[in-house]
Amino acid sequence: MDLTFNAEERAFQSEVRSFIAKNLTDEMKRATALTPSVFSDPDIGMAWQRALHANGWGAPGWPIEHGGPAWTPAQRWIFETECARAGVPNVNVMGVKMVGPVIIGFGSPEQKNFYLPRILSGEDYWCQGYSEPGSGSDLSSLKTRAVRDGDDYIINGTKIWTTHAHHANRMFALVRTSDGERQQDGISFILIDMKTPGITTRPILTIGGDHEVNQVFFDDVRVPVANRVGDEGKGWTYGKYLLEFERGSGIASAKLREGLKAISDLAESDLTGRAIDSPDIASRISEVEIDIDALEMTELRVLSALQTGQNPGAVSSILKLRNSEIRQAVTRLGVDVIGHDALAVEPMRPLYKLNHEPPTPEEMLTVVPEYLNGRAYTIFGGTSEIQRDIIAKMMLGI
Amino acid sequence: MDLNLSDEQKLLRESAERFVAGSYNADHRRKMANDPLGFSPAVWKQFAELGWLALPLPEEFDGLGGGAVEIGILMEAFGRGLVSEPYVATVVLGAGLLDRCGTAEQKQASLPKVADGSLKLAFAHSERAARFDLAKVATSATKTAQGWRLSGSKIAVLDGHAADEIIVSALIHDHHGPSGRIGLFVLAATADGLAMSDYARLGGGRACNIELSDVHLPEDALLGDGHDALPAIEWAVDRAMAALGAEAVGIMQTLLETTLDYTKIRKQFGRPLSANQVIRHRLADMAMQVDEARSMALRAALKMDAAPTERARAASGAKAKIGKCARFVGEQSIQLHGGMGVTEELEVGAYFKRLVAFDTLFGGSAHHYARHAELGRKA
Repeated sequence: MDLTFNAEERAFQSEVRSFIAKNLTDEMKRATALTPSVFSDPDIGMAWQRALHANGWGAPGWPIEHGGPAWTPAQRWIFETECARAGVPNVNVMGVKMVGPVIIGFGSPEQKNFYLPRILSGEDYWCQGYSEPGSGSDLSSLKTRAVRDGDDYIINGTKIWTTHAHHANRMFALVRTSDGERQQDGISFILIDMKTPGITTRPILTIGGDHEVNQVFFDDVRVPVANRVGDEGKGWTYGKYLLEFERGSGIASAKLREGLKAISDLAESDLTGRAIDSPDIASRISEVEIDIDALEMTELRVLSALQTGQNPGAVSSILKLRNSEIRQAVTRLGVDVIGHDALAVEPMRPLYKLNHEPPTPEEMLTVVPEYLNGRAYTIFGGTSEIQRDIIAKMMLGI
Repeated sequence: MDLNLSDEQKLLRESAERFVAGSYNADHRRKMANDPLGFSPAVWKQFAELGWLALPLPEEFDGLGGGAVEIGILMEAFGRGLVSEPYVATVVLGAGLLDRCGTAEQKQASLPKVADGSLKLAFAHSERAARFDLAKVATSATKTAQGWRLSGSKIAVLDGHAADEIIVSALIHDHHGPSGRIGLFVLAATADGLAMSDYARLGGGRACNIELSDVHLPEDALLGDGHDALPAIEWAVDRAMAALGAEAVGIMQTLLETTLDYTKIRKQFGRPLSANQVIRHRLADMAMQVDEARSMALRAALKMDAAPTERARAASGAKAKIGKCARFVGEQSIQLHGGMGVTEELEVGAYFKRLVAFDTLFGGSAHHYARHAELGRKA
């Protein structure tokens, strides 16, 4: 057992650093720092995805035959850590980390050949059609229906909380193709071209002032049956598989650490009257840092135990829960650190293209929106309550 | 970077778990709790035979050259059985300080005896006025013509009653008065002028307070050459906190399993307790905190040979985090056992008390969050 890097790992670390130095522009960096939502805007995020892909690093978690780099756990950790430290764009994960593994695991050869390269290159921009207005935590009660008509399905219904639907050209969705005995039966996993006639998108503003999520309506939308992944009626299995990747893949601790660093830099700055000199603030920063250390070790343990491309299973619920709770702790601390500056609201977006003087110093602009939008972390991808249900059932057997 | 156990480490874990499961049951623990010695010399002898006393000692002094990770593997298994043998006092603290500070002669005289089980040690450092500040030592060691004269009071000396020799920290006074340097002195437990008042320790094992009244020692009672021992003391306490953290993980794991079993069997309102979501979520939180604690204990062990500030921050981080998790898991284990959890009839209370002792020892979470923050500012 060893937490230190050997010579090869250090060489890889230098390689990652020089890749970042060469490809990460000041514009990308500033835009990322000033984006108080989960994903970077597509022009920023996809520019970074293209750079990664050009270097063979477009999909770190994929098996080698589909274009993964076949990294060791240490290399993945180094890569994520260096990316977080440098502040690279937050690429929309819907393609590489979510629909990608499902297509790899359950897609037809034609689907693999068509979609996977387009995910890697960033040519396709994906969104996720899971939640519905009546189906949140009880996701499998979903009602959006796909009715067979020759070689097509005709889809009617609505999806909600669809992140970046207003940017995406493709959606993967769970739709009901039949009514089974259990509500989980009869759900199918379908890939939809967002330009298909009958699809409309309504923006939803979140409390931090950002437009990231949407409601999407389907009105007699015709989708080829060939766009279904895997068997008809087995979509719930594929969808859950994907959720475990959503919750448990990657290394969230590196980004949390950078988020906390930004807050503690503010706490040590004259801009906040040196908030760190309050023993309470100093101790709370340490408490959050230690929580990040614990999450990082758990991530490393999971990463070491898994082979590339394997599904993390129920432990992903622990990772998701702790990541979301710690993220909220970081943003809560941020609001307390900036003091009176938390009162100022900057309504314009994007924050990196303001054409006026903002009401607070630039490094504080995202603090309150991140705290407000960040309330969603313990809600999306399965609420904390659902994660505890999963841990109790899958890990404790109750 | 590699976080998988080696084959030797897996073997160590298996043999420790097997030994504890076989030798440590409720009857044995009750017997030890009422025993004036508080542990079994026969078990100590078995520890020696199994190589566990030699485990972290250097090979040149009959040790096996293991590190903090190996200590942690052993301690986690000890936690599962609530082992009360003076392992931390003798092997982790005592032998650790001897190895770190002693001269070659001093090490040769003691470490092989620790390894074969014939020498037990204790470390007397804490003082009432110092609270958890390791640098604050009022006990004095004054240079005399023949050697040293020690005076002062020590508290919370782990397993001091069982020790053949006690390592005492004292502020060195030379001809010019207090030197500002802390020295470590090795005393026979029977030394003239040493008075010990021994008590049963919360959660098993024993501890004592020590009064030193003009204890005269020879020149070579001082470990090493008289350099300030504070860095070595900080290292030894960090290592002990990592070891105790691993023990706490074993204790918590046992409490989690015991409580989980109970909630499946115990029926109220015509169904098992575990059928209630509020109970399932509580158990999920307990499981999560046990896992976080496990990560932190391992992290502290793996950072034990890092630069002092990094090591100390990892140890304080682990102590603070595991302490918080331990209180939660312990308190909730009692809560979910209901009235029975508060009785001595179940062992839940014994495990809980050991966790409370862990959280208190060397400073609780508040102290270690503050130390972590302070070290961060220096870094």
